[in-house]
Amino acid sequence: MTKRYTKDHEWVELNGDIATVGISTYAAEQLGDVVYAELPEPGKSFKQGDDMAVVESAKTASDVYAPISGEVVEANAEIKNEQWQIINDAPQAGGWFVKLKIADKSELDGLMDEAAYADYVKGL
Amino acid sequence: MSDTAPMKLPLDAIWRARTSKFGDFAGYDMPLQFEGLIPEHNWTRQHAGLFDVSHMGPSFFALPKGHGLEGDDAHKKVASLIERLVPADIQGLKPGQVRYTMITNEDGGVLDDLMIARPAELGAAGDLYIVVNAGCKHQDWALIEAATKGEANLVRADDRCLLALQGPTAHEAAAAVIDPALADMNFMTVKRYDAFGRITVTRSGYTGEDGYEILVRAENAADLANALLAHPEVKPIGLGARDSLRLEAGLCLYGHDLDPTTSPIEADLAWTIQKRRREAKDFPGAKRILREYDLGAARKRVGIRPNDRAPAREGVEIFKDGKKIGVVTSGGFSPVLNAPISMGYVDAQFAEPGTGLELMIRGQARPATVTPLPFVPHRYVRKGKAQ
Repeated sequence: MTKRYTKDHEWVELNGDIATVGISTYAAEQLGDVVYAELPEPGKSFKQGDDMAVVESAKTASDVYAPISGEVVEANAEIKNEQWQIINDAPQAGGWFVKLKIADKSELDGLMDEAAYADYVKGL
Repeated sequence: MSDTAPMKLPLDAIWRARTSKFGDFAGYDMPLQFEGLIPEHNWTRQHAGLFDVSHMGPSFFALPKGHGLEGDDAHKKVASLIERLVPADIQGLKPGQVRYTMITNEDGGVLDDLMIARPAELGAAGDLYIVVNAGCKHQDWALIEAATKGEANLVRADDRCLLALQGPTAHEAAAAVIDPALADMNFMTVKRYDAFGRITVTRSGYTGEDGYEILVRAENAADLANALLAHPEVKPIGLGARDSLRLEAGLCLYGHDLDPTTSPIEADLAWTIQKRRREAKDFPGAKRILREYDLGAARKRVGIRPNDRAPAREGVEIFKDGKKIGVVTSGGFSPVLNAPISMGYVDAQFAEPGTGLELMIRGQARPATVTPLPFVPHRYVRKGKAQ
């Protein structure tokens, strides 16, 4: 399954009805070394576009928005254990934030695919 | 700022060859980051960082030609003029001495913080070298001119470059590249050198480290910057690390930790108002400032360490037992402590180090502790003489 991206630099990858969510490589590079992150607890539900998590570098604090509506079924244990480095090392793999159980995958239609996101980032 | 494009620094090309991360600060397009905020911060604490601070407001303030005064008399005259605006004892500066002070308003608030130096060179009698903040320079210069019209001349020097070289090995690079005599300067002194044109050097800075601030003509600045950057101890450092360094050092950033409503006493800067001025009571806002000096201010600037990992940034409200008692004015992350740090203003009764507080971060009260400033000890080079 391929990733979809938001204009706010979240990515989402769907596997059945489970969506894995994180921040893009571009976002992690812009942010710099992560010094803090706050993830939602399993059981919490979000609508697409809701504030879902916070990630902070020495420079700034950034809100992370839910790229798709759903209920948190798992938060990345490594990040929960304050091993923030994984977000810089592998933002689009091991540095994922949460897994959401989703109801409506058509919400993904409005997001960018890999090529469209690459173009979008180039224009920033 | 304005709707016009930000101004380019004279050394723009040198920085742009090393980073693409620029941002508008006080109307100037400034390099924010090179290899990364944390590595740049740590490099400056361990080696020497080169900062371009040409956006700031260096200027010379001098008695008019033919003033007929010499030595201390000329100095006392020009110092008495600038003392109309600041509460520090400028008349008491020794030749070559630099002092940190503030322009205060009639309400005792701070309009800017600045450095005033008394150059020691022959022919400089009656001259002061004054460096103000980038965002306040037009206001400050207008205030100085209005308060001293016809009695002295203010000459802007912000068409030159101001480079800050900061860190424990700054003296090695400065001695090797500029003049061995730079290594022998005391902290908070000024001296001119015939190198890279004619440069004005203060041993000073705003990182908590030893170092220098060097005023150099724009046509000589690239040679100086390139020579310093070629030294193995020196790397370029962006504005991002400049901010985290000054925060660790517990130093105020104007517009954040200081503003027109905040008094020097609230800001814990009473040490900048020397005895002669306290006794003369002759500076703007003296009434409030001296009342607070004697009786204490109702609120006070303090260092704060969150007990957990969440940084508390500017604007975070501070509570004690559920009651609001203050606000964070600067906050972020300390690379040296590997922990979040903040400065803020709290009701004076809660300013004692060790006092437990709560920080309201994203709607959640998080425990924190009042901490002595600076967070990281200053390492200024003083060779016996008190400032």
